[in-house]
Amino acid sequence: MAKLVAGVATSHVPAIGAAIDLGKTEEPYWKPLFQGYEPSKKWIAEQKPDVIILVYNDHASAFSLEIIPTFALGCAAEFPPADEGWGPRKVPVVKGHPELAWHIAQSVILDEFDLTIVNNMAVDHGLTVPLSLLFGQPAEWPCQVIPLAVNVVQYPPPTGNRCYNLGKAIRRAVDSFDPDLKVMIFGTGGMSHQLQGPRAGLINRAFDTAFLDNLTKDPRKLSQMPHIDYVREAGSEGIELVMWLIMRGALDEKVREVYRFYHVPASNTAVGHIILENEA
Amino acid sequence: MKVEPNPFDDIPGTTLFDAQRSRQGYHLNMFCMSLMKAENREAFKADEAAYLQKFPMTPEQRDAVLKREWNRLISLGGNIYFLAKLFSTDGKSFQHVAAIMTGSTQEDYARMMINGGRSPEGNRSKKDWENRG
Repeated sequence: MAKLVAGVATSHVPAIGAAIDLGKTEEPYWKPLFQGYEPSKKWIAEQKPDVIILVYNDHASAFSLEIIPTFALGCAAEFPPADEGWGPRKVPVVKGHPELAWHIAQSVILDEFDLTIVNNMAVDHGLTVPLSLLFGQPAEWPCQVIPLAVNVVQYPPPTGNRCYNLGKAIRRAVDSFDPDLKVMIFGTGGMSHQLQGPRAGLINRAFDTAFLDNLTKDPRKLSQMPHIDYVREAGSEGIELVMWLIMRGALDEKVREVYRFYHVPASNTAVGHIILENEA
Repeated sequence: MKVEPNPFDDIPGTTLFDAQRSRQGYHLNMFCMSLMKAENREAFKADEAAYLQKFPMTPEQRDAVLKREWNRLISLGGNIYFLAKLFSTDGKSFQHVAAIMTGSTQEDYARMMINGGRSPEGNRSKKDWENRG
């Protein structure tokens, strides 16, 4: 049977991808950030997941305003890196897992979560930066990836509660998939940041710390937080954090926090990262 | 029926990309989206005003694009992730544009970020901004 073993949350700032691609990771500005991911790289190299369900948001790359799916599940065999306006990142093509992806789509739709099924989708920094942070610069990504794109660009994004419960439905889907697979789920985006307007640059360390704490010990409480609290306290783009609740919902009620890292800034953003393992 | 005030309107210096903004900014944002293609970036750079005529935007929106008035573009329905296609075409970064939107220099803005960013204290409500004068 497929087994969901762990969840990872991380920010997905585009400047991090550029720093990796341009060989700037040893520069004083970036070095502390990349050092913070070294334990995680070791951890995932030992864990060797077969498949990662990667929850992220598209930043007007695959989806413009023509079609705005709230939840879009990538069911294709491959996902090319998107050209975000300066050419695609020179990272490997992302290999999907169509069999598990379609199983998840069928399972959660019948579980009343009406996902959009996507068979042709370029993936932007939202998906590739987390892979780079955890795996570095390999010739091929070491596992298959199922992208789950969540709309957080057009207001309103899905509620935290909806995300948390979708995570639970995804877990039920993984648990009912027959082949033996080691599965992980990533929640990406955040933490506090605001990219627009005179309030740009907002960072809220206290909010972010409490979010990280509650992600482990009281996700149900987090899932009840209204959108206004995210925007007011964590900035207009801090609302991306609802995506972390999909990851958390897919894990056991009780989890073990194995690693945490927090760093300000990466460009305009507070970088947060946490690894949670199921107890069993 | 009484319409409740929108609580998001109370957050200072922040524009929510909601339904109304999305309708207002549709063609502006779709123009930005067109800059994802290298040949469109070239055509835009060759003659910006002519290129903008291809999109049924308002004269105000076209003017704000030509002048790169970022806060005005946001107020006219632009979304930051779409506007990013425009400033990327100019070779500018998110941090460059964020600094302009806050009325700061890029150096001062970058220093603020290295020192922990803009505090939420005094930045939660429009009342906070009025009180600071």
